Amino acid sequence: MPLIEVKNVMKHFPVQKGFLDTLFTRQKEFVKAVDGISFEIEEGEVFGLAGESGSGKTTMGRLIVRLIDPTAGQILFAGQDIAKIRGKQLRLLKRRLQFTFQDPYSSLNPRLTIGNAIADALRLQGIGNKSEQKQRTKKILERVGLSPASSFYDRLPHQLSGGQRQRVVFGRAIILEPEFVVTDEPVAMVDVSVRAQILELMKDLQDEYSLTYLFISHDLATARHICDRIGIMYLGKIVEIADKDQIYTDSLHPYTVSLMAAIPVPDPKAKKGEKLPKGEIPSPINPPSGCNFHPRCPKTFERCAEEEPALREVKKEHWVACHLYD
Amino acid sequence: MPNLLEIHNLSVEYKTRLGIARAVDNVSITLDENKTLGLAGESGCGKSTLGRAIIRLVPYPGRILEGEILLNLDEDVPYENGVVEKGQINLLQLDDDQMRALRGKKLAYIFQDPMTSLNPMERIGKHFVEIIKAHEPDTPKEDAQVRTKDLLEALDILPERVLDYPHQFSGGMRQRVMIGLGLTLTPQLLIADEPTTSLDVIVEAQILNLISDLKDKFNLTMMLITHNLGVLAETADSIAIMYTGRIMEIAPTEALFESPQHPYTQALLQSVPDVRKPDRKLSWIPGSPPSLTEPIPGCMFRPRCPHAMEICEMEPPPLIKSASGGIVACYLYEGS
Repeated sequence: MPLIEVKNVMKHFPVQKGFLDTLFTRQKEFVKAVDGISFEIEEGEVFGLAGESGSGKTTMGRLIVRLIDPTAGQILFAGQDIAKIRGKQLRLLKRRLQFTFQDPYSSLNPRLTIGNAIADALRLQGIGNKSEQKQRTKKILERVGLSPASSFYDRLPHQLSGGQRQRVVFGRAIILEPEFVVTDEPVAMVDVSVRAQILELMKDLQDEYSLTYLFISHDLATARHICDRIGIMYLGKIVEIADKDQIYTDSLHPYTVSLMAAIPVPDPKAKKGEKLPKGEIPSPINPPSGCNFHPRCPKTFERCAEEEPALREVKKEHWVACHLYD
Repeated sequence: MPNLLEIHNLSVEYKTRLGIARAVDNVSITLDENKTLGLAGESGCGKSTLGRAIIRLVPYPGRILEGEILLNLDEDVPYENGVVEKGQINLLQLDDDQMRALRGKKLAYIFQDPMTSLNPMERIGKHFVEIIKAHEPDTPKEDAQVRTKDLLEALDILPERVLDYPHQFSGGMRQRVMIGLGLTLTPQLLIADEPTTSLDVIVEAQILNLISDLKDKFNLTMMLITHNLGVLAETADSIAIMYTGRIMEIAPTEALFESPQHPYTQALLQSVPDVRKPDRKLSWIPGSPPSLTEPIPGCMFRPRCPHAMEICEMEPPPLIKSASGGIVACYLYEGS
């Protein structure tokens, strides 16, 4: 049984309008941030969600750990539907599901020492007394590489570098010993020379706590290094899911192909053959008809504008939503 | 003929509460005409400050201490009280009026964030007309508008959209507009500071293609400031690596990637993931750069360098000719 099963999940945000607009138009508009997504994450794997900004990957991650409520659909965690639970049940569930935010500069309270920031998780969950909480926090600080813990415990976030802050963020995520961690662009704000260090830490923590990760990233080069499988998102939908190597060497969806071609490669001799699609990702308020990608797709044909392609398994463990492969 | 831009021994300091930080430390660089120089380094290495120093817009409390920035002006540029004569001039000796006449006209700068560098209260077209009128006040408004539309067409933006406001444009289009604004008066030198950092990969690739097309069309000399070595591999002719305000290495792009000389360059390249080589192990540089307010004697990379020697603690290493056809500041190559 997969650890996480997402079944046809949707999240539509209502669009804020001015007073006059609401007076004269009856129709409510929605941003379809996540629009019918299904996938599974096996226990112990690193599943990557990649796509451009506005594709809905962060919203999807927040839905899985129930930071926001889905509009429709089911989210199964270890077989149990968690899409609608609330109250105490939800709070207990959050021990098992954690989320790390992208920006370690704004996700840490500037006036809270990092020791307190990490211990807060224990306090809020009512685990242990004060001295036990402190003990456990110090252990975690050492574990994420901030040693000696006693010298880091009372520091404020501004006294740390970007990489160290990201370590604090991971410390806060694992102190409750969760089974599943969603990590949103963990290295995007960190200098390139220390990125590999953070990725290594993620791997180590995974082994030690037998974690399962959802790794959200726009950086496909990094994703290929750390993920086992990758799902590509476009405008609130998943267009392709495959093994990390297959999705790069054997991309099927035209969007994936152009995404791969656009990745900057640190090698001046690399040749760029693929044509880039024109324009940019359209608004998720009124997405195009049929296949979302058809107005930009180099291989579009009649059917694409009319009918939405379903995500189907066209090769072993390789899913794609495109009429080309019917 | 002299080079288009020569920088000699330039130093820039910021006076901060914690002390004086030397963000650019004795930097000398030369830019050849019609070439792109990439300026790379991690955040805080002084690459943006160096770019801003060239147009003499170092943000407060920064101050240009010393040095020379020599621009080879290709024509006389009139300003309020006279003319800046053509030929080689030292930008640091010009007064504010003279400098203002050169900015936009001969030196263009594209700022990092296209979301905040356009005026939200003005139509796109007005941005262009303003630049043209500021430098060529005799141009009739109609001519300026025609030129604007031509430019937008070259940037793949529908000319009708001159009437739109910045918020009606997407991030990629705003960055196109910024590039267009930079090119309006066909400057000799375009400095682009992280022009694609806030953009998505596909849009980033589109913009980089556009920049290289325009470079040929307008005979541009460019300085491209970025932390992304992948971007430079595709666009730059040569690359300068900066660390703690100093130049560590300059080399032609291919040589830099093929045989990086400086230990910092080597370590930096090993930490960049390459999507085509998933099996290559990524490494990182231990520690973090020393604080600029408490500089250490000798080579600033020494505490993180695997090859550090005794001599590295004495004096900062001078830039010497390197085996890859560039220059490098490292004692490893002294005497070889």
